[in-house]
Amino acid sequence: MPMPAYVFTLWRVGVFIAALLPLIWWGWQVANNMAGPEPGRYLLLNIGLGALWLLLFTLSLTPLTKLTRWKGFNLIRRQLGLWTLAYAVLHLTCYVLFILGLDWARLGSEIINRPYIIVGMLALLGLTALGATSNHWAMRKLGKRWKTLHKASYLILALVLLHFLWVVRADMQEWFIYALIGALLMCLRIPPISRTLPKLRQRLKQSA
Amino acid sequence: MLIKIAKPSDLHESEVTPESVYLSRRRFMGGLAGLGAGLVFAGSAKASEQRSDYQDVPQGNAPDWFKAKRDAAEWQAVVPSDPAQDKTAPYADASGYNNFFEFGTGKSDPSRKAGTLVTEPWSVVIDGEVNNVGRFALEDIASPSQFEERIYRLRCVEAWSMVIPWLGISLADVIQRAEPTSKAKYVRFETLVDPEQMPGQRSSFALIDWPYVEGLRLDEAMHPLSFLAMGMYGRELPNQNGAPLRLVVPWKYGFKSIKSIVRISLVEEEPLNSWQQIAANEYGFYANVNPEVDHPRWSQATERRLPNSLFNTNIIDTRMFNGYADEVASLYSSMDLRVNY
Repeated sequence: MPMPAYVFTLWRVGVFIAALLPLIWWGWQVANNMAGPEPGRYLLLNIGLGALWLLLFTLSLTPLTKLTRWKGFNLIRRQLGLWTLAYAVLHLTCYVLFILGLDWARLGSEIINRPYIIVGMLALLGLTALGATSNHWAMRKLGKRWKTLHKASYLILALVLLHFLWVVRADMQEWFIYALIGALLMCLRIPPISRTLPKLRQRLKQSA
Repeated sequence: MLIKIAKPSDLHESEVTPESVYLSRRRFMGGLAGLGAGLVFAGSAKASEQRSDYQDVPQGNAPDWFKAKRDAAEWQAVVPSDPAQDKTAPYADASGYNNFFEFGTGKSDPSRKAGTLVTEPWSVVIDGEVNNVGRFALEDIASPSQFEERIYRLRCVEAWSMVIPWLGISLADVIQRAEPTSKAKYVRFETLVDPEQMPGQRSSFALIDWPYVEGLRLDEAMHPLSFLAMGMYGRELPNQNGAPLRLVVPWKYGFKSIKSIVRISLVEEEPLNSWQQIAANEYGFYANVNPEVDHPRWSQATERRLPNSLFNTNIIDTRMFNGYADEVASLYSSMDLRVNY
């Protein structure tokens, strides 16, 4: 039974609000002195982690579509991708404002000298390229190459995980969980594995 | 305070003192002279019998011996030379923003999870190259010394800092009473290992090989600024700050100031401290605050003095030896601090 159009509109608006809410929540915490003695770093870390979550959500849309055939997942792909970019830009903004204190000279030297900053910047550049080519005009213009280009999102995920790994100091557990999810999503795109997803759907349907 | 210079006879060293020990003692005495000049003023001008007043600091559940020592403490025995910049951090920040990986990696993990730590009774093993080997109740370690309040800058290796008023005793007092032998060159400290009480030690992904270990060269440990804290803000240490006994070495990065100490050993060889064990290219044995030697992953030239805000990040220049260069620089006069970071 096809879903009425308003369901998809509600779904897209709902996703928009859900992606916006964490920012409002963290902002509210900072405004109410609930973010600890270093609110800038609090925002930096939370928004960075939020960007990773959004990237993982975005990359799970294709497997979810294959598994369920629900077209709602496709409808939020661009939106979630752009949210990922927005969070990543905010993450960098927090770094420049609150960690470097707007010291541009230091930003230059940090980019050159710190591998994890270089990797983070590369990931952000990649996200920017994908965001800039996310419109219909670019899709038409790039044709088949568009899909190839946007598979770079997996490369970006790898860069983001490396960026995260190089920030870890004392315990790998949190990083390991994200890396595991990321690896799973990458595996699901390997053709032999990705072909089994629709079959899995059939089997689930039969057993239900 | 001020500075209790030990009579050489107090140390009971064997008749033949190795030259290195002799030289390190000379450095220590040299350091004392400089320190005297720097701190006597602060001491005489500020030290007070009037108990420091910390409003809004919740009183804990200190044992009676602690209360007695606190009531007889010498308040503000050491204070920052620039009180305008070095404002004491609010208690909520000093006790809510901690690195204590035994209780998790997040800054608020220790304050949320350290309630499980049992700090009473507490004893410390003092062993190694000392005449008075033994296990000592915390009270007995504290009792011969007068409590002092020392307001120190604490500079974390992560490039943030706070100003914290500690309450405790001089480390040198404790070491002298242990009577180091002539073989003692370094002091090794160990934190409690108890996964039942310390959830971080239950993680299978922890990079630290528990127990957490730290160390000082003997002359560093004997330096008058080296401090064993049992309290802060006029009360006993909250668990998340390393109760009931922690080291405070204000001219070194915070990770040197090991928490919840259960063992102090005088040793002949340089101890391998935990962070050096994990990443020797990032963390050395000395870990002196040094704006000229960056951490490989971030600059150490500046620090964020906390608490800060979004509109005032409070980024200040980091000072050599965290601003204690007059007192401690002579300890390292013959060393290349780029190599011995």
